[in-house]
Amino acid sequence: MKHTIAILVEDQPGVMSRVAGLFTRRGFNIDSIAVGPSEAPGISRMTIIVNGDHKVLEQVTKQLNKLIDVICVRDIPVENILERELVLVKVHTESLSVRAEIIQLVEIFKAKVVYVERNTLTIEMSGDEEKVSGFLKLLAPFGVKEVVRTGRIAIARSNK
Amino acid sequence: MELTGTEIIIEGLKQEKVKAIFGIPGAAILPFYDTLGKVGQLPFKNILTRHEQGAVHAADGYARATGEVGVCVVTSGPGATNLVTGLANAYLDSVPLVAFTGQVPTDMVGNDAFQEVDIIGITLPITKNNYVARKTENLASIIKEAFYIARSGRPGPVLVDLPKDVQLDRCSFKYPEKVNRKGYQPSYRGNIRQIKIAATKIREAKKPVIIAGGGIISANASGELKKVALKTNIPVVTTFMGIGSFPVNHPLSLGMLGMYGNYVANQVVSEADLIIALGTRFDDRITRNLKHFCPYAEIIHIDIDPAEIGKNVLVKVPLVGDVKIILQQLINYLEEKDNESWLAEITSIKERYLKYTAQKEDPRQEKLKPKYIIDCLNDFFKGEAIVVTDVGQHQMWTANHFQFIHPRSFISSGGLGTMGFGLPAAIGAKIGCPEKAVICISGDGSLQMNIQELATAIYNRLPIIVILMNNGYLGMVRQLQELFCEGRYISTSLSGNPDFVKVTEGYGGVGFRVEKKEDFYPILKRAFQMNRFVLLDCHIPEDEKNFPMVQPGSSLNNMIGVDQL
Repeated sequence: MKHTIAILVEDQPGVMSRVAGLFTRRGFNIDSIAVGPSEAPGISRMTIIVNGDHKVLEQVTKQLNKLIDVICVRDIPVENILERELVLVKVHTESLSVRAEIIQLVEIFKAKVVYVERNTLTIEMSGDEEKVSGFLKLLAPFGVKEVVRTGRIAIARSNK
Repeated sequence: MELTGTEIIIEGLKQEKVKAIFGIPGAAILPFYDTLGKVGQLPFKNILTRHEQGAVHAADGYARATGEVGVCVVTSGPGATNLVTGLANAYLDSVPLVAFTGQVPTDMVGNDAFQEVDIIGITLPITKNNYVARKTENLASIIKEAFYIARSGRPGPVLVDLPKDVQLDRCSFKYPEKVNRKGYQPSYRGNIRQIKIAATKIREAKKPVIIAGGGIISANASGELKKVALKTNIPVVTTFMGIGSFPVNHPLSLGMLGMYGNYVANQVVSEADLIIALGTRFDDRITRNLKHFCPYAEIIHIDIDPAEIGKNVLVKVPLVGDVKIILQQLINYLEEKDNESWLAEITSIKERYLKYTAQKEDPRQEKLKPKYIIDCLNDFFKGEAIVVTDVGQHQMWTANHFQFIHPRSFISSGGLGTMGFGLPAAIGAKIGCPEKAVICISGDGSLQMNIQELATAIYNRLPIIVILMNNGYLGMVRQLQELFCEGRYISTSLSGNPDFVKVTEGYGGVGFRVEKKEDFYPILKRAFQMNRFVLLDCHIPEDEKNFPMVQPGSSLNNMIGVDQL
């Protein structure tokens, strides 16, 4: 089962390799990892998606908590999660009709064309995993040249 | 007042009340050693070892013997990488260490400069934390934090990397009074509600056993352990790391648990209905097959590291905190108990086993054997010595037969099983506790893994007695080959061994060759009276084994090398 773990870390050099290294070392698999500054200065937030049962999750949480740079670790429960992922995708457009078709998809998915070249469109879109995967699946037949995904970030709703 | 980086380090060491450092200089750590040279009267002992691995093991032995933080100082590159085994060793046994490594100047870092290595990256998984001092201004707080983290919570090794320019630059110095890290707040007191539940379980249990681990020794909680055991009449087994936490000669003591453990301890734990586990991590060497580990017991687990709880075994009552404080809390809720029928059952197992072993011993046998050597040490020292071992058969013979009565009197590499640990660790122990007798029990395989430290011991006039159990083999592996590889002794014969007496003499120490049983005790006595470094090269039969033992995959109470009693 997939778990979304939110981690607050002190913004020290090497903190990324400490956290990532711990996963490798203890044999836990990371599905995705995203890092950025948090609301507090000097503190970053990481969102890590990890696959495993309850026991794995418990060990991951405890081992992360042992790292000195880690301030807190929280497993965001599925029923309470708001999650997003940003994706940039470059797709091949061999004709005008194909291009129109793709733009239609862009509108349906509330995505955005950010760059246009003679034979390609670069599209930006964000959403939860289901939406991003669905969008990419529909684009696939046109010839996707490049996909860049940020990995998921997540926040918990304050009140249930 | 402005100080250089190296002056700040020395001030920091003073503030942390460091009494000895172990190390070897080199180019990148030269400024530090140069400042030591300028200071004149040093505030601590500065011990030059002959290999960096010797330095880190010596600091480790010092820390285990004294309970203080061990310190080693080495240069960059190979100096730093030579620490790796020692740091891993200390990490697995939760020993407080601070290791300082020189580093190339900050403007050269990342360029593959001469003797540059990313020691922070290398030691990430084997240190509790590590630091690069990027600016001289950061040094004071890094040193304060390094010592605090090494000794607090679950202790462990911390490494501080010191680029050469950071050692040389100057800045104003103020040693911080406190460390405040949001992400590091170990909890020491136990949850009262859980303590009450534990007390009820203990009251209701019919067959309780205490498993005392290394945490009792780290936390200096032997006194509390004894009080709890005596008040409730609960028998005590120790893990390998817990040896010395409870006196072996006490009627409630059942000896060591585990793969090479005591037969009685293994049986009793397998029969128990309640395990009170104190400062232990349920390592595979004590549980063996987890599926069959204490099948009838509920477990109360007290440990300072929350990550150890539930890691290997299912725990009924977890209690996170300092085991000393928790035992002090717990004892108020405990009632006196006699556990009569349980203790009678244990006594009968004990008696059957004693009778069995007595039958097996042949008093007419004349060869010098390991058990006899340890019996002599018991007669002579009566437990009043620090015993440091290497790793192998001699280690398990010592763990099983030496009469340990004090905490911190048994120093041995548990988790990592590092051959070559013994001699340098004995040096550290003797420097930390000069008033105590220090014996190093080693094997011919182990000793040669850090034999160069004979120079350190002898030059510093450390009266250590080395008992070398010499059987011409990597004995422990030979035993495994005999039992599980149909006697194919591949790469375990140590043909080509030197004459260890001559080697010792070559370094300026005293050596005796002991071949006959009757010679051992008189020579031991003489060696002790000489009050200098002596090595006893004891020739023992190569086919002596560590028995009984539990095979891999087997349950604890299913031991080989002993008849079913």
